[in-house]
Amino acid sequence: MSTYHRIVPNTWWLQRRPYILFMIRELTSVFVAGYCIFLLVLVYKLTQGADVYGNFMAAMKSPISVVLHLITLVFVLYHTITWFNLTPKILVVYRGEERIPQGLVAGTFYVGWLVISAIVAWLVLGV
Amino acid sequence: MAETMQLEIFRYHPEKDSEPTFQIFEVPFREDWVVLDAINHIKDEIDGTLSYRWSCQMGVCGSCGIMINNVPKLSCAAFLKDYYPDKISIEPLTGFPVERDLIFEMDDFMTKLTEIQPYIIRKEGEEKPLDEGEYLQSPAELAHFKQYSMCINCMLCYAACPVYALDSSFVGPAAIALGQRYNMDTRDQGRDARQELIASNEGIWECTFVGECSAVCPKDVDPAAAIQRAKISSTVDWFKDVLIPWGKK
Repeated sequence: MSTYHRIVPNTWWLQRRPYILFMIRELTSVFVAGYCIFLLVLVYKLTQGADVYGNFMAAMKSPISVVLHLITLVFVLYHTITWFNLTPKILVVYRGEERIPQGLVAGTFYVGWLVISAIVAWLVLGV
Repeated sequence: MAETMQLEIFRYHPEKDSEPTFQIFEVPFREDWVVLDAINHIKDEIDGTLSYRWSCQMGVCGSCGIMINNVPKLSCAAFLKDYYPDKISIEPLTGFPVERDLIFEMDDFMTKLTEIQPYIIRKEGEEKPLDEGEYLQSPAELAHFKQYSMCINCMLCYAACPVYALDSSFVGPAAIALGQRYNMDTRDQGRDARQELIASNEGIWECTFVGECSAVCPKDVDPAAAIQRAKISSTVDWFKDVLIPWGKK
């Protein structure tokens, strides 16, 4: 018997909202990777002396750079939040027969995020 | 005048059609009808040539999975009232070749299900004689994998998985979840036998964690979680092999 094979269009990910959100999550990883590279460049500039580092930081204050940083911040936040929300699926913890609530597992990551952010803010801002 | 609803149904006859078509049927709208009731009404009263699968009508057998408005669902569990008064689009589950109308070929899934060895395997010589009784398991040990054992093989998870639709060599959500179910069973010793397929390129590493397999599962099996947990276990295996190669049996 001949069967009919349906072709998956390249736009499959536009057909349903969960697929669009998945693709956005995947796309945001590019910004995460990009910012990691940026941080490595920043460290490299630091090793080149005060003048080189100062010039680099001055360039980073340009309007285009600020806008790029803000866009990156939004995407990195989206990436972080969506992955934190998925962690309870991977980290399944039981206490006897009872599964530890998923909110508690994800919440632990959020608390850790807040604590580390607070430490970094304290170090950078010197408050 | 009685209220009605429209169902736009995918039609394909392998001996007559080279391409599928869509046919619109007008069915009575009843609050207590599920989509399967409406399809049965079409079969009985309007067009007896319509072909589809169904059996238990109570969400247990897993036979009646179809795409309803592009979302995989059991037609016996989807109420008309949730769509009324809009027209409902009905297609066979995506990702599978269509045999006729809403019937799709499930050979690929059945092969993968067999290959994953979803049954208790004991190592050679470690099978207990029958007179020694059953293998005991605590409720806590059961709780760890019980969720994954609820699968009814309805294949909705495959239809929701874009990875499988794009590359059918992927072992897929239900088969891997069932493999994980037995891997986590304290009575089982067959993990190594399953690992060859589960940890292969066509296994867990094909999964990009879209997560829709779990979202559409009518039994809350959560195959996406099973796959991600299998990834963790396989990664631990790899580190053990690299760091303590002499510990390998």
